Amino acid sequence: MIAEIYITLKSGILDPQGKTVHHALENLGLENIEEVRMGKLIRLDFGSVSKEKALELGDEACKKLLANPVIEDYEIQIQSAGK
Amino acid sequence: MNEPIVNLNLAQEHGLSEEEYRKILDILGRTPTFTELGIFSVMWSEHCSYKNSIALLKTLPKKGQHLLVEAGEENAGLVDIGDGLAVAFKIESHNHPSAVEPYQGAATGVGGILRDIFTMGARPIAALNSLRFGSLKNARVRYLFDGVVKGIGDYGNCFGVPTVGGEIYFDDSYQGNPLVNAMAVGIVKHDRVATATVKNTGASVMIIGSSTGKDGIHGATFASEEISEASEEKRPQVQVGDPFTEKLLMEATLEMIKNDLIVGIQDMGAAGITCSTSEMTAKGGCGMEIELAKVPLREKNMTPYEIMLSESQERMLLVAQDGKEDEINAICEKWDLESEIIGQVTSGKNIVVKNNGETVADIPADVLVLGGGAPVYYRETKKPDYIDAAEAFDVNTIPKPNDYNSVLVSLLSSPNIASKEWVVQQYDHMVRSNTVNLPGSDAAVIRIKGIEKGLALKTDCNSRFVYLNPRTGTQIAVAESARNVVCSGGKPVAITNCLNFGNPYKPEIYWQFKEAIGGMSDACLALKTPVTGGNVSFYNENPMGAVYPTPVIGMLGILENMNHATTSFFKNENDMIVLLGENSGHVGGSEYLKLQLDKVTGACPALDLEFEARLQDCCLEAIQNGFVNSAHDTSEGGLAVALAECCFLNPKDNFGADITINETDRMDFILFGEDQSRVIVSLNSGDYGKLSSITEKHKVPNSVLGTVTSGNLKINALIDSNVNQLERAYRGSIGNEMDIEGNI
Repeated sequence: MIAEIYITLKSGILDPQGKTVHHALENLGLENIEEVRMGKLIRLDFGSVSKEKALELGDEACKKLLANPVIEDYEIQIQSAGK
Repeated sequence: MNEPIVNLNLAQEHGLSEEEYRKILDILGRTPTFTELGIFSVMWSEHCSYKNSIALLKTLPKKGQHLLVEAGEENAGLVDIGDGLAVAFKIESHNHPSAVEPYQGAATGVGGILRDIFTMGARPIAALNSLRFGSLKNARVRYLFDGVVKGIGDYGNCFGVPTVGGEIYFDDSYQGNPLVNAMAVGIVKHDRVATATVKNTGASVMIIGSSTGKDGIHGATFASEEISEASEEKRPQVQVGDPFTEKLLMEATLEMIKNDLIVGIQDMGAAGITCSTSEMTAKGGCGMEIELAKVPLREKNMTPYEIMLSESQERMLLVAQDGKEDEINAICEKWDLESEIIGQVTSGKNIVVKNNGETVADIPADVLVLGGGAPVYYRETKKPDYIDAAEAFDVNTIPKPNDYNSVLVSLLSSPNIASKEWVVQQYDHMVRSNTVNLPGSDAAVIRIKGIEKGLALKTDCNSRFVYLNPRTGTQIAVAESARNVVCSGGKPVAITNCLNFGNPYKPEIYWQFKEAIGGMSDACLALKTPVTGGNVSFYNENPMGAVYPTPVIGMLGILENMNHATTSFFKNENDMIVLLGENSGHVGGSEYLKLQLDKVTGACPALDLEFEARLQDCCLEAIQNGFVNSAHDTSEGGLAVALAECCFLNPKDNFGADITINETDRMDFILFGEDQSRVIVSLNSGDYGKLSSITEKHKVPNSVLGTVTSGNLKINALIDSNVNQLERAYRGSIGNEMDIEGNI
């Protein structure tokens, strides 16, 4: 099973990186963008474990290392391997 | 808009007492609106009102010949250094945010103190940090330490200010409640000093910098509570800083001040728009009317309450000179910053806040602020029981060491004494290319391009001494920071302070606080270093109890000539090593006692302030005469550690030393005791006569300890250590601790 983990800043937290990208896009002439928020995608391949187990392990990985729960939210999507 | 009903219950949830809530009803003659309740709660929080400390702070000596601004008048202290220049400097805590989110907490702490400096028109030229953590054996402490250091480094490095020094201590009392105190120093021409006072009725009130988001709402109230499990729930209060925007904000601010476009300016720190509007108007005795619909927002659907209390970083409130609004807007556009007229200065006395024309708050500015109507409390004091017990401790129960060499190695590798290279390597300490004495010296030395003078800067506090005797311990903090400045060739001129204590409602804590303030007054008067301002941080507690009382002193010194800049390490073989001052063998509260018995106890070392002042005058006069090759203060670890540091701190060569000291029964106390008022100097033996006549003039004892060699560090028959090995113990220690696996 593969856990795809999306980590984003909590809403309300300033995103200097998103702000800079937003500004750069505008300078390139891409108007009409209201806001840019940046995050990251992490893929964890757990091999042949159950979906529930993959979710549990992914959650543990986020809590312990991958996400900073003080300022970040995370969302885990489980997919079958080989996709 | 669905706002909660304002009543006593809600006020108490905002941290206001029943007495305070009644006072608000009295002042307004009605029930406050929800927004007004929020405004009162932050302005009357400990963080903004200093309600439990201001009565005592007012007793500190604030007058001095060099001071251009008295403590409390502006955002930072201002000291005249001659040549038409002044130095703005201040230290401030960011302990509570750093305990929850170390990286952003420390970074925004640096950002906040930098704004305090450039809001006065001064360009920041140096930053220092005073940090306290629990034991590095604990994984959470390593996580906090790592995050705080990275946060400080990244913010300072991106902004472009050199982080030139500071101090770091580790003690179990800081477990779960680290102390992060950031100091900044800036320089300004006398005629470009900006003020935070406004009087001009009708003038435009503008907000510049970043837009306002929902971050950090109620940070000020948060900093006025103990850290508990419930703090976890308050996490979104943490703010994220943007040092690049701060750099732009500084350039824009300085440009506006230079072009004389503004009447007054104040940075937005704790309590954001609320605090800056009320403080600026209260100082000028005028009123202000602002329209929240004009405030540039980062998020949709923000309520008036949230806009007023937001602590979004990198913002300033300013009052424009008549007709200069367009020029201000143009400068902000050039630097890529938001700028908006949000209101006017009025002839009334009230802060009137409107939201799309509807009044949401209408409060007399004066009642909100410190020195006005904000509450002032005197708390109960009680001498804690542990003090007498510690003083009664019998130092003769400390076992005599069998091997003095191994004691020396253990002390040098103790994280409190060991090299802080692992930290300072993460800081840019050379940016702006004015740093002369690098981190690791007794005090940092900064030159000022274009003039002969320089600055010596130091933060200091040995909180074990303050814990054992708050009065003497605080005197020592002032004396030692001044001594460090003197050893670097500077004359101490003024201090800023950051007072980190536990819960002031506990009588024992308030006793510590009161005694510490008394000790600071004594020392500042004796050493002629008035207090220019600072910051109080109460409620530094964790479930195990309060932190050690930690009144951190930030000392500013002036070098009359950059040729006086002196470093701590030996320079030449065969130089004579001389001790100014006397050994008396105080081991109470020492690192040695902690090492041998794992206890912090005993009597705090004695300090004779009158003698200390003479010693410093003597040492400075010797340095100014040009024959002193090195000067080093003896502090943690005592004489033996100080001598070892003199041997290996030279970046080019290591030296040794042959030292002879009169034998006593407890040589361990003489070598590792932490007696005050001692300085180790080295000089050509031919200059000893000159030194002696200076020491005689100041009635300061001097004793020849020995000679600089190229061999081992030898002290009597007790110590004979290879200096390279001592250096390895000293330099490797903290890095080794931080490389431990599982650092989260």
